[in-house]
Amino acid sequence: MELTKDEESALKGEQGEVMQTAYRILIATGEATDAEKLIPIEWAHLSGVNYNTIGDAGEEFLSGISKNARVKVKTTLNPMGFDIDNVSNYGLDDNFISKQLSISKSYETMGVALSFSCIPYEIFDIPKEGTQVSFAESNAAIHANSFDNLKTNKESAFSALASAITGKTPYSLLRKEDSPNLTIRMKINNPNELTYGMLGFFAGKVGNNSVNISGVKDMDKRSCKALCGGMGTSGTCAKFLFGDGDPGCEKVDFDKKDMNDINDELNTAEKGDLITLGSPQLGLDEISDLTSKLKGRSFKKRCMIFCPRTVKEQARKIGYTNELERAGCEILADCCTCLTPLISKDNIDSVTTNSIKGAYYLKNSNGVDVNLKSLSQIIEDETR
Amino acid sequence: MKKILVQGKTHGIILKSQHPINFLGTVDKKTGIISDKNHELFDKSIKDKILAFPNGVGSSVGAYTIYSIKSNNVAPLAMICQKADLTVATGCALANIPLVIITDKEFSSLKTGQKISLDTESSNPITLL
Repeated sequence: MELTKDEESALKGEQGEVMQTAYRILIATGEATDAEKLIPIEWAHLSGVNYNTIGDAGEEFLSGISKNARVKVKTTLNPMGFDIDNVSNYGLDDNFISKQLSISKSYETMGVALSFSCIPYEIFDIPKEGTQVSFAESNAAIHANSFDNLKTNKESAFSALASAITGKTPYSLLRKEDSPNLTIRMKINNPNELTYGMLGFFAGKVGNNSVNISGVKDMDKRSCKALCGGMGTSGTCAKFLFGDGDPGCEKVDFDKKDMNDINDELNTAEKGDLITLGSPQLGLDEISDLTSKLKGRSFKKRCMIFCPRTVKEQARKIGYTNELERAGCEILADCCTCLTPLISKDNIDSVTTNSIKGAYYLKNSNGVDVNLKSLSQIIEDETR
Repeated sequence: MKKILVQGKTHGIILKSQHPINFLGTVDKKTGIISDKNHELFDKSIKDKILAFPNGVGSSVGAYTIYSIKSNNVAPLAMICQKADLTVATGCALANIPLVIITDKEFSSLKTGQKISLDTESSNPITLL
């Protein structure tokens, strides 16, 4: 990779240890993606916030670099482990809370906006078409490339952090105009968001950098997010285009059998002890839709709803919160189903969710069984 | 050999997976043991092995898992992949775990239990011992 004099000097350590580390990460990223140079970015979105996922090593690392590191571009942040408003209801130990607050403080010191959201594309203004960004949250990177006309790698937590600190990123394939060499033909009729999550999970497994998806139309926002979430969980694929693609593209069908295979892998329980909605977090549209679907009905068991803080505040003002709480929902800001410490196998055996991404991490990280159902099925079965 | 992403020199025993690894959710960061029941390396420790696998997948936070296993002294000595991905590349870069990308043919010739030496400075970086 060709570096400018200034970049060379940073890599040699002449601009301090933080810059040297950041450039080492960018060089590894550039080598991995065959980039020939570094280019500027306008927005970084960081993962690596939840103490549950980054642990003591991560907390210490962030505390160390925050002494000197400052972000150079607009930088936003993934969810953390809890909602401070109601954390006392969930029996988290004091160590968890203090370590989580330390992580949050480190990011704040570095100049990061504490947005605690995995759906930056829904709560911030989208920059103009073609803008280079660095999004580490996998569903957000895929959403940015596929729906928002932005350009990002499927960044790692460290490559996005290095981009935030330097304002630069390697000029990798996904940042240029690329055309996928694989087309996935959607063969399932009447898909719901659960089907789209599975389609995404399948696409992530078979795709490489990017894929075409044919046979899909009229997706609502919930389904778009489910597709991005599923894809980000299973693979390295960071972009999809709707359509048949070039005639020479390899074709793969997504059919009943593929769907059943994913169901067998992730659906391990007949029913759940509680319900979670949100992975990715719910936006205001989904909260509004859920409120109208629930009119007059109440959940028969606990239902945890995860959303960004800005959405929680808007929902309160509009009056959705009252409705949802009346229906038995617990509304949590700043955190998410995915990798939540608020669900422990010590007191929960199984969780019902409509999220493929949520299911994967509930099963593998939280160690609980998962019961997969679409939202409409959840409302039919689990409310009265 | 296709690429050297993180330089280094080590020798040890290969632990190979035919399947990609999602470091977050698959590897226990305190013990270095594969905790995903569906993964072919389930219950195996990656500590002090030379871990060979096609590529990393999934969560971007997996890079922190790689940094954590190094900090907790349960990391592999080196990693060998077929395909470069950013989670593994940047995790190894920060944790200083040697990482090389090899050809499909070279990958298929590696087997669990083989003792190898890895030296990214050498003209022949991987040699069987």
